[in-house]
Order: sequence, then structure tokens, then C-alpha cells
Amino acid sequence: MAQDNSEIRYLTPPTVEIKKKKYCRFRKNRIKYIDYKDPEFLKKFLNEQGKILPRRLTGTSLKYQRKVAVAIKRARHLALLPYVTDMLK
Amino acid sequence: MLNQYETVFIATPVLSESQMKEAVSKFKKVITDDKGEIVYEEDWGLKKLAYPIQKKSTGFYHLIEFRAEPETIAKLETEYRRDERIIRFLTMKMEKYAVAYAEKKRARKSAEQKQEEV
Repeated sequence: MAQDNSEIRYLTPPTVEIKKKKYCRFRKNRIKYIDYKDPEFLKKFLNEQGKILPRRLTGTSLKYQRKVAVAIKRARHLALLPYVTDMLK
Repeated sequence: MLNQYETVFIATPVLSESQMKEAVSKFKKVITDDKGEIVYEEDWGLKKLAYPIQKKSTGFYHLIEFRAEPETIAKLETEYRRDERIIRFLTMKMEKYAVAYAEKKRARKSAEQKQEEV
């Protein structure tokens, strides 16, 4: 039986692509206002260097991406988030 | 028509508690003298800054939510700039969702406090 199954062999196992649909978390959860006073939440939208992640990675809709960006910039001004850093998170 | 605003300022960490209280009441007076009304205030205490400002790594944060005429903001901000104790400030106009969010947050907080008492 084992031989019957091994008709096709792959060097690297074929990856079945399951695309996980991205969604905008603000639209889904009906969040209307993004608080700049909550740096822990805003960190979800930053990479390790403290840069704002693009929409294509987070799935945020344009309307809320703009609001996220403003909130992050306000938090940076108040020294709640760093402008530049290494190893955030 | 009064607008609702929210202002946060950071004072130097060298202040004593009474000096800090005095600074807070000074800025509240600037608002109330101009026919503004304080909606809410919150003391965040001494917090670590994410990056140094004027060679200081900590600061006293204080938040004031208030309703006032637009002209008051310019006066408040000049007062901030003149005051050496203030190392950073931010004033923002609250749109309706921001007001709703702040009210919801306060309601949740007071509900929690009530639960603790019971």
C-alpha cells in the first residue's frame, strides 16, 4: 500500500495556499474613534523600529488607516510612543 | 457655540506635588476665566517618556477635557509656551466620536469603581 501512494513525490511538499482574508478591524468591530492615549493598542500598527505598518499588511481600510496614522503621530508627540527605536515589542 | 477640547501636558519631573497642583489649577483658571467649563480631568502621574525631552526621561502627565470658545486655545497654548515647567503639550478638538468614546470610557471606569465598593 505504501508504494501505491508514493507515485508522485515532491522534493518540497506542495503548499496549499489558503489565503486568509484580511479585514479592517475598525469596520468589523465598529470602532469609530482611535485613541492616541493607548500606546499598547497602537503598537499593533507599528513594526519593530516603530514605523507605521502599511495598509497592505494590516488590512485596515483607508479611512481608518488615516486615523491610525494621526493617533500614532499624536502619541509620538506626547512621548507615549518613540519616533525611532529598535526592538519595540 | 462652545467646542469640546482635550489637552494633555507634560510637566518637568522636578516639581513637587503642590507645585504640580498649582500648575494644574493655573491652566484650569485660564480656561474657566475665558468662560470655558472643565468637563473632566485626569492625573496620569509620573510616567516614563518614550524618548528624552529636554534631557528628561520622565514627566508628570495631566489631561483636561473642557468646553470653550476657539479663542481660548490660543491663550492656553501661549501660557503653555511661557511656562518653563511644561515640557510638552497637545491640544485637540474632539469630534463627536471622540466625545462618545471619552464618555463611554468614563462610564466604564465609574462602573468599575462602584463594583469595587460593593
